[in-house]
Amino acid sequence: MTPALATPMMSAMNWTLAIPEIVLAVMGLGILIFGVLRKQDAALLCTMFTIGAFLITGLLVLTRGAGIGYHGQFQTDAFAAFNKLLILSGAGLVTILALDYNRKQGISRFEFPVLMLFSVVGMMIMASASNLMTLYLGLELQSLALYVLAAFARDELRSSEAGLKYFVLSGLASGLLLYGVSLVYGFSGTMDFHALRALLADPSHASAGLVVGIVFVLVGLAFKVSAVPFHMWTPDVYEGAPSSVTAFFATAPKVAAMSVLLRVMAVPFGSLLGAWQLLIVLVSLASMILGALAAIGQTNIKRLMAYSSIGHMGYALIGLAVGTADGIRGVLVYMLIYVFMTVGTFACIIAMRRNGQAVEKIDDLAGLGRNDPLLALLLAVFMFSLAGIPPLAGFFAKLYIFLAAVQGGLWFLAIVGVLTSVIGAFYYIRVIKVMYFDAPAALFDTKPPSLAFVAGASGLFTVLFFVFPAPFVAAAQAAAQALFG
Amino acid sequence: MNAAGFPILSLITWLPLVGGLVIMCVRGDEATVASNARWTALWTSLIVLALSLVLWVQFDPQEPGFQFVENVPWLPEFHVGYRMGVDGISVLFVLLSTVLTPICILSAWEAIQTRVREFMLAFLILETMMVGMFCALDFVVFYMFFEGVLIPMYLIIGVWGGPRRVYAAVKFFLYTLTGSVLMLLALIAMWLYAGTTDIETLLHTTFPVGMQTWLFLALFASFAVKVPMWPVHTWLPDAHVEAPTAGSVILAGVLLKMGAYGFIRFSIPMLPQAAQSFAPFIFTLSVVAVIYTSLVALAQTDMKKLIAYSSVAHMGVVTIGLFTFNVQGINGALFQMLSHGIVSGALFLGVGVVYDRIHSRDIDRYGGLADRMPGYAFVFMLFTMASVGLPGTAGFVGEFLVILGALQVNFWLALLGGMGMILGAAYMLYLYRRVIFGRLTKQDLMGILDLSPREWAVFVPLIVLTMWMGIYPSSFTSFFDASVGAMVQHHAQAMADTVKLAAGTTH
Repeated sequence: MTPALATPMMSAMNWTLAIPEIVLAVMGLGILIFGVLRKQDAALLCTMFTIGAFLITGLLVLTRGAGIGYHGQFQTDAFAAFNKLLILSGAGLVTILALDYNRKQGISRFEFPVLMLFSVVGMMIMASASNLMTLYLGLELQSLALYVLAAFARDELRSSEAGLKYFVLSGLASGLLLYGVSLVYGFSGTMDFHALRALLADPSHASAGLVVGIVFVLVGLAFKVSAVPFHMWTPDVYEGAPSSVTAFFATAPKVAAMSVLLRVMAVPFGSLLGAWQLLIVLVSLASMILGALAAIGQTNIKRLMAYSSIGHMGYALIGLAVGTADGIRGVLVYMLIYVFMTVGTFACIIAMRRNGQAVEKIDDLAGLGRNDPLLALLLAVFMFSLAGIPPLAGFFAKLYIFLAAVQGGLWFLAIVGVLTSVIGAFYYIRVIKVMYFDAPAALFDTKPPSLAFVAGASGLFTVLFFVFPAPFVAAAQAAAQALFG
Repeated sequence: MNAAGFPILSLITWLPLVGGLVIMCVRGDEATVASNARWTALWTSLIVLALSLVLWVQFDPQEPGFQFVENVPWLPEFHVGYRMGVDGISVLFVLLSTVLTPICILSAWEAIQTRVREFMLAFLILETMMVGMFCALDFVVFYMFFEGVLIPMYLIIGVWGGPRRVYAAVKFFLYTLTGSVLMLLALIAMWLYAGTTDIETLLHTTFPVGMQTWLFLALFASFAVKVPMWPVHTWLPDAHVEAPTAGSVILAGVLLKMGAYGFIRFSIPMLPQAAQSFAPFIFTLSVVAVIYTSLVALAQTDMKKLIAYSSVAHMGVVTIGLFTFNVQGINGALFQMLSHGIVSGALFLGVGVVYDRIHSRDIDRYGGLADRMPGYAFVFMLFTMASVGLPGTAGFVGEFLVILGALQVNFWLALLGGMGMILGAAYMLYLYRRVIFGRLTKQDLMGILDLSPREWAVFVPLIVLTMWMGIYPSSFTSFFDASVGAMVQHHAQAMADTVKLAAGTTH
């Protein structure tokens, strides 16, 4: 086959580009050793150290310039930085959420934050991957930590089941991805993103085997973002895993997987838009429709959020289907807003405890508007925002996506998108209906300040996004441009 | 900013939210909170009213363009700005909103006893959304306010409404949302075509005729549901019947005007060719609405439902007027919107008065109220007459002008549209006879009390406005004469250009 096209940058080592990841991994090891050596319960301290590690890493990410290192394996640019910061913020907020929940559930162990930290290292590598092999390594590092997290409440049947289910299906997806990678390598002779891009600039190099490889890569990644028809694991894992883990699953890994999907599709395979666009369109359509319809019948709020996340990934994929920088910008804005809305919603879900027991039926929220007006208000804000009602942040997420879709001429997707968002609105406002219109049920336990902080911060972001959207949009714009630059 | 450099429109728009924040901070036992919330809401809305009167005084009716314009960059790279401004068409709707809000708050003073704080908060948020929508000079900003109205209204119907409130609230929400999301797509298409969402620029952008058709249909989906036009009106009777009195008043008074305002602000001036070609379609739906819903109103046994159906009929007259594209028709439609806002609001308040006492809206539960409640009988009669369109009241001027405008288009249109007045007289007088006249036979009505001073305070401003609008309408029409004139001219020009273009291609 055609030999790989060597670029001058590929020879450079530039190891400093990965300093944030290296520092985070080293700190993770340090926290692990600290937890093992410390005789008493170290969960609180390890959590605090993890949050600190996330903050330090965030600062380091901000100071990295753009460049390609490790002989073309690793790339930092505005796109990677945007996603890394988003992953770190999501993970940081969830770490705070998990603290109190795990203690009450009796699963408070110092390994929890450490596992989260290592999965974040994997996600950051994914965001910076510039080679299919790096991508795979990052993905597996992330997934291994997530398998353990899903089964973290090991004495609980549902949690173990969720862990096993996630492990089996995710393993299958990784296998498909790896198969796709090997096909791509076999038919092109390279796994480097930029070399592939240069190669495929000439469409005659896009052999059938290569396209099949792309499809397999796409399937593997679609599994990770839980897009239909590769979503089957989502409701069960969301429901079975401890809520703190579910909150994590719903945020940072989604951002990482989406960032990889965007980069892989836009950079190496960008010139083959015609080959994969229809596939993304179909996946997006199916996700939006299933996310909207299947959620209607749910009675468990975590399952509801699972279907909601499937639907939201469908909307985000519209931006990828457009395939332009504007489309990618739409996806990034969407993910940004999605993370904050979702973290906030899970903070409210975690606050649902009665007599020391976590409850997760939608009906348990009955009359929350009277019992706990603040919590109800916050959850109502998140629900209206998830439904995409202006002036809340969720509206802007959809606005940029539909803007890109109309600009790209994908009218059908845009029309289906707005119509499914109306169907989706039905189940979101049903939650509000239960909280405000129904007769009050028994009181919830008092919520700890950590939950109030996370929910309040996310709520403020969601409500006030409309005042200052410009800097966020500009950052997403710069990130999207980096892929096409 | 206006000439004085003072952002009065933003102040009017956002001040209610400040009041809302104050209400949120109130602490204490339930009675204190309720009382403080009521007074804060009332004073906030009165201050907003006072500020909007400044607007009314300073507004220059001779100027057809936008006044008090504010412009702050918001999403600069997309050419979206936070732009506010009013012209002759919108300024009176701002006033309508600010007048009705304190009246609603006052009417809910005793009717709302549970969760008063939340109610007042929802109402103040609603006021911000309504006023902001009428002031917005940017399509995206407009859309945000237009949609944002759903949130407080959904809660007002669902929390404080009647027995079937949940059904009504969800229906209201989903109906209007479905229409609005299609408008969002039209908004985006117009945005990409014109490169900006500035309404003033969009007003002077000529969209290709083929595109106009689709844009018109998408906007129509949104505005027709809001107006509401037959056959997408079915959410309205449910929402009205289940909403608390204050909610019904604001729904009939202001929210229904949002659809018609959308037509006159966007569909007609921005898409003249499509509007012209869809006019017969609109006329057909409107005539059906006028006649069909009037007949339906005749058969109602629930007072609120009857008035709700009459609203659909009256709004049918408004849409006829708007799509005549002549000065009389559009002036009449605008006047009808204002008078309907006042009159139907007042009628709902009237129903609220007896509902607060007897807790029933069944027409059969009443009869002979004139004996015990002469003041109420007088007030209710006045608004019944205004609703019927008796000369000298607000209702007459609008309907008369619309029929005048419709006559220039088509005789049958005017005749059928005018049927609304006859049928309106039938169902309103029939309602009045059954509720107010007759023998007072029901036991619990024997001890019913006449209007309290608070209720008089609610009705007196509305009575004054109704008479004023009926007797000296030009103090209102003078506000929109210039703007409407410019708009009609713009439309005629656009149509002439099309004809010229068509003629040019045939040669």
